[in-house]
Amino acid sequence: MRFFEFEAREIVKRAGIPVTDFGFATDPGQARAIAERIGGPVVVKSQVLSGGRMKAGGVRFADTPAEAEEHARAILELEIGGHMPRGVLIDPRAEVAQEYYAGVTWDGSRKRPVMIFSPVGGIDIEEVAREQPDKVGRRHLSNILPLSDFQAKEVIAATGVSGQELTRLTPIVRRLAELFSRYDMTLAEINPLGRLADGSFVALDAHMEIENEARGRHAALLEELGVGEHETRQAREPTPFEIAGEQVDATDHRGVAGNVTEFDGNLGLVIGAGGGSLTLFDAVRAHGGRPANYCEIGGNPSVAKACGLAKLVLSKPGVERIAVMMSIVSNTRVDIVARGVIKACLELGHDPAEKIAFFRIPGAWEEEGFKILERYGIEYADRSVSLNEAARRAVEKIQGAATGNGASAQAAEARA
Amino acid sequence: MSILIDARTTFIVQGITGREAVNLTRECLDYGQGARIVGGVTPGRLGREVHGVPVFDTVAQAVAHHGAPIDGSVVTVPPAFTRDAVFEAIENGIRLIVIVTERIPRRDVAQMVELAALRGARIIGPNCLGVIVPDVVKMGGIGGPARNAAQAYTPGPIGVISRSGGMTTEMSSTLTAAGLGQSTAVSIGGDAIIGSSYAELMPLFQADDETRGIVIYSEPGGRMEADLARWVTEQRARAREAAAGSNGEAGAAELREPLPIVAFMAGRFMDEMPGMSFGHAGTIVEGKEDTTAEKIARLEDAGIAVAERIEDIPGMIRAKMAAAEGAGEAAGVAGGAR
Repeated sequence: MRFFEFEAREIVKRAGIPVTDFGFATDPGQARAIAERIGGPVVVKSQVLSGGRMKAGGVRFADTPAEAEEHARAILELEIGGHMPRGVLIDPRAEVAQEYYAGVTWDGSRKRPVMIFSPVGGIDIEEVAREQPDKVGRRHLSNILPLSDFQAKEVIAATGVSGQELTRLTPIVRRLAELFSRYDMTLAEINPLGRLADGSFVALDAHMEIENEARGRHAALLEELGVGEHETRQAREPTPFEIAGEQVDATDHRGVAGNVTEFDGNLGLVIGAGGGSLTLFDAVRAHGGRPANYCEIGGNPSVAKACGLAKLVLSKPGVERIAVMMSIVSNTRVDIVARGVIKACLELGHDPAEKIAFFRIPGAWEEEGFKILERYGIEYADRSVSLNEAARRAVEKIQGAATGNGASAQAAEARA
Repeated sequence: MSILIDARTTFIVQGITGREAVNLTRECLDYGQGARIVGGVTPGRLGREVHGVPVFDTVAQAVAHHGAPIDGSVVTVPPAFTRDAVFEAIENGIRLIVIVTERIPRRDVAQMVELAALRGARIIGPNCLGVIVPDVVKMGGIGGPARNAAQAYTPGPIGVISRSGGMTTEMSSTLTAAGLGQSTAVSIGGDAIIGSSYAELMPLFQADDETRGIVIYSEPGGRMEADLARWVTEQRARAREAAAGSNGEAGAAELREPLPIVAFMAGRFMDEMPGMSFGHAGTIVEGKEDTTAEKIARLEDAGIAVAERIEDIPGMIRAKMAAAEGAGEAAGVAGGAR
């Protein structure tokens, strides 16, 4: 989960790294008050999670508190990359002699954090790495051995930085690496890290991301920062349909029937498990199908949960039929999923044979499952039909049905 | 032969009294020649039994009871306790650890992996279903109950490595139906950081006499496919260098041409949806290198064939194995003629 800049700066500050005397405001009046307190030229920055703030007009300069208020009013109403800002950050305009970069992230191949430093800051570090590779220092860190100043010193010195700059930067970079591991970050970046005229350093912007799986053990920090327990901060906000999917999954602790993502097609998908869902979603699209949603079933969910998920998908506007498909299951039971989806159809007043375009879940308890499917006249297949072929059949059926529906609609019109 | 485990492998189950662990224990005991599960560990449950397997409070007690070093452990404890359980296993001399648990923060995983490397131990997972040697033994929930596992997996020449537990079985079943059995199938886990990646398992398959081809399942996210592509390219260079210096004699396994590989890439739709996570924790497109398009290009550059559909895999790997063996024989003949 990504932090807003004002939160990331607060985290940096708590780690003992100098920051500017910034303030966060959610209305123009507050912005003015902060600018008055700062008492000089300020920068007003939109607090959104998307990039390109500067280009979009989300970063503006003000010489007076009145001007800061005006800019705040405009920025607070400015949508950037599909997101409305959480607020604005008011920052004193610092006289910066030079901008640096300091960051820590994971190297998944080496399975260690990597500390990165550059005396060329304020721009994308990838670009610096491409164009001035000798100006980027990198060093892998141990996950077990304690962090020490010398590691930061080596990374900085490797870029040709020496003298007082080196001695002042060392503790800052070491502290950044410490906070990265203390708070289970996946990215901790200060860019730019500014050197002021007096030789001191100050973090001018920060980008921090915490690992979702570790949020539980940083509940206190998140609460102090005002991060809501259910804020996902994904690339886009969850839709009501997706939130309803989470509620289905939360009905009991057994297995998974959720991880719903909304699309705008006519074929509802009740699919699983993790890898199977990815494969099936691709296959449906490859055959020209238009999925109404992505989802995942797995880990042996209850009948109620499978039913809840199927009901949610069936009730989505525009969904004509559902396809119930999974890779071979060994833990999830075929009969339980079959019962769940049939129950969903019946409770919504549909004929399962009509609404379920295709059922392809082979594996554990399949004899029992197939018996139930036969009783309701649902078209199904065992493992001899591939995931791809199952998807093709489901798509074929709904495309046939779509023209059929069109015909019957015309017929109804003619009758009227 | 097989990699990682065989009929003699002894292992314990940490967290054995949990619901899923009880099932997993039954499945492993029933499958193939029957797993040698020599104990289980759940703190506070000393003296109990799970399907006849004695339960201990500590790994040390299990080792003492067994009277000899124990080879492996299947770890099924909740995420908050996994690091401790894995450290305990490693410090008690266990050298192969299969971590089933999902949702472990990656710092914890990285710590386990680093300690394992220091001690010469290997981790499979987390968020995986384990390892299966068809008709012989399985370690973990892979393939499910013995009856189901026996239906999907058969012995043969293909090594299977997969980021998805379920797809390990789906692909193996497809291979089985086409008459291609598996030497060993490994579910490596779906997280961003895992104990053993494709590239880290390849040398083991490479050294295994029975394995003649590799099938992998991959997804968006991470550098694992790029690492595999690099390994294959480097292995080819090593093999050619060795061949040039050896007058055509068959070299040691580690200096042979890389085994033929066919990959299946799922989640192609995710290339259009950066920042969204689907399927597994490690499956997300954050940069260009995470996309399936980029991964497919890298794999193909290294000579790895990428299948569009699962059902195409058996034919593709057969063709690749035939081509590789043809080339091998040709090299052998050429060497003999000299």
